[in-house]
Amino acid sequence: MLGVLDWIHFMAIIKSMAVKIRKFKVDINNIWCKSCEICVAFCPKNVLAMENGKPKVINPDACTGCQLCEIYCPDFALKVIKLEDAENK
Amino acid sequence: MQKINRQDAKLMTGNEACAEAAIVAGMRFFAGYPITPSSEIAEVLSRRLPQEKGVFIQMEDELASMAAIIAASLTGVKSMTATSGPGFSLMQENIGYASMAEVPCVIVSVQRGGPSTGLPTLPSQADVMQSRWGTHGDHPIIVVTPSTVRETFDWTIKAFNFAERFRVPVVVLLDEIIAHITEKIIFPKEEEIKIIERKRTKETPETYLPYKYTDSDIPLFADFGSGYRYNVTGLSHDETGFPTNDPKKIDNLYRRLNQKIERYKNEIIEFKTEFLEDAEICVVAYGSSARSTYRAIRQTREAGIKVGIFQIFTIWPFPYEELAKVSHHIKKFIVPEMNLGQIAHEVSCATRCDVIKVNRVDGGLITPDEILERIKHVSV
Amino acid sequence: MFPYEKYLRLDKFPHIWCTGCGCGIIMKAMLRAIEHSKIPKDSIALVSGIGCSSRTPGYVDFNTLHTTHGRAIAFATGLKLAKPELKIIVVSGDGDATAIGGNHFIHAARRNIDMTVIIYNNYIYGMTGGQASPTTPLGKKASTAPYGSIEPTFDISGLAIAAGATFVARSTCYHAVQIDKFIQKGLLKKGFSLIEVLSPCPIYYARPNREGTSVDMLRWYKENSIPIEVARKMSDTEKERKIITGILHNIERAEFCEEYRKLVKRVSKN
Repeated sequence: MLGVLDWIHFMAIIKSMAVKIRKFKVDINNIWCKSCEICVAFCPKNVLAMENGKPKVINPDACTGCQLCEIYCPDFALKVIKLEDAENK
Repeated sequence: MQKINRQDAKLMTGNEACAEAAIVAGMRFFAGYPITPSSEIAEVLSRRLPQEKGVFIQMEDELASMAAIIAASLTGVKSMTATSGPGFSLMQENIGYASMAEVPCVIVSVQRGGPSTGLPTLPSQADVMQSRWGTHGDHPIIVVTPSTVRETFDWTIKAFNFAERFRVPVVVLLDEIIAHITEKIIFPKEEEIKIIERKRTKETPETYLPYKYTDSDIPLFADFGSGYRYNVTGLSHDETGFPTNDPKKIDNLYRRLNQKIERYKNEIIEFKTEFLEDAEICVVAYGSSARSTYRAIRQTREAGIKVGIFQIFTIWPFPYEELAKVSHHIKKFIVPEMNLGQIAHEVSCATRCDVIKVNRVDGGLITPDEILERIKHVSV
Repeated sequence: MFPYEKYLRLDKFPHIWCTGCGCGIIMKAMLRAIEHSKIPKDSIALVSGIGCSSRTPGYVDFNTLHTTHGRAIAFATGLKLAKPELKIIVVSGDGDATAIGGNHFIHAARRNIDMTVIIYNNYIYGMTGGQASPTTPLGKKASTAPYGSIEPTFDISGLAIAAGATFVARSTCYHAVQIDKFIQKGLLKKGFSLIEVLSPCPIYYARPNREGTSVDMLRWYKENSIPIEVARKMSDTEKERKIITGILHNIERAEFCEEYRKLVKRVSKN
């Protein structure tokens, strides 16, 4: 019978495994991007942050693929890509 | 096309003849706004166009009317509006758009006393410069000036032919007399009437450019929304139809647009002369002033004075060279017009002879006697 | 994830709109609405007037007509009547549509002619450098209202409803996900549909009025807007100076081109 500790340990492994199966990627076209910071401000998972004037993915695993950043980006400079799509593209 | 019985002579006003001629020319879209003295054109077409499966709409103002006929023409239908001075002033910006975007359309402007509200029910010819330079910028435009009901019929059809051929706005410039006078009109026979359609592209949508260079200077047309997705704008644009700030392309565009008229002037300009061969005095007239002039010169001829008439049907482009050619043996020009000498000025540019103005701006038509008296006075 | 490129004239990018301008957000929502309504590109005519929002047609692959200031709806009327099978979308600004273009706006609504009008309401004339417009709020500054505007403003949606529009919805660039739903409804509805979208102008509205960045404006929209369903139950004082969003009006009425078609059928020969 698994002890409580084993159970916590087991869950940690599962969680870390889940994190490794990353489902989404955020592509940013820095030429079109005019640094309005809307994507950074409205990403619910703080996946993005400004770095020398341009948004950068700093926390890729947190991305849930909600596409808010893509919907908001006024410059058409940001794309959320489903990774399976990315592989078979 | 609905058959008007060609042979019958009919009693018709200028406005009615203009409306019927437009239908004969293939016009199937009219947008206009009521204004004396041109409203009858709209009234006739509001009855006739639905019968011909065409579109009639009375818009909220003249400006909107001009906008609507441009958009309609872009889809490939021949379109027209009709107005008078005040409305013509409101239309000017969009007339410029039609020149810039090279959209064929016809604008009938029935001149009344001006400026401002002026003399709504009385004639004038004081909008002749407006018809050429009303809108801003160097722009191509053609203006025709018939003087009788039958001429209005013929010149309305020719106006559509010019618009279609050169992809420009064309103004049929009448005045209240021609618009409202009832005259017997004998229609031309069917086969006598020449109808021109705009030249369409043969390219596929993938390669088509709306303003691609052609050696005729006139771009080939593609019906907007018929599988050719292209851009039309009033901004200066290149052959792709998109805005450009490239000086070379801008220069090319403006020179080509205006060249369209300059280059084909001889196929546009039309005038009529009578008794000019041995004349010493030439009366240059257009529109309803020409009506009085014919009477006046016949009377003076009987009195032995050598005078002739040079009647202009296409006031713009102005027939400078043609006038210069006739004036070798002419000593004096007389220019009767219901304004303070707008065309007289142009005549003086065309010749070195004296140009005598006969002007009337009290809302009355210049009478044959007034012209007769001036001829006599000048010929002494 | 969304195939915007399918609709874009890519060689025209990057576009000219300023950093944080809402025009791009609304244009995107329009493209999503078109994709979801499955309207083929060839049958869409996008008509615009003059101003920032009116530069939209240049960027998208439809039949595009960039007209004169304030006259988009008048041109669109001619287009729709001459070729009823075209799906007409008009994009216009608050100034373009309700100042110089106001007369055409109310008459097209009165006629209930089938077109979908999207108004980018950024409270200012952006293209010409930040002059006051009919929606510049009282007291707010603009380059032609340096002491603060003293003019009461238009309720654009209210104006359209009063003039006869049969579908009127209002949203903001914060509610970007919602905008395309309203545009889609407008597209699929026969008649004059207006979608008014409040849009941030960070350069010429927010900065002179110290309203912060585009992000701040989007947050401001969030905190100051109420869905109509909620607003209906609120007192006027509670709703005062709030932005009411949602489908504000949705009725059925005869559509102008349809009525004209019937008239032609009735009177035309053969």
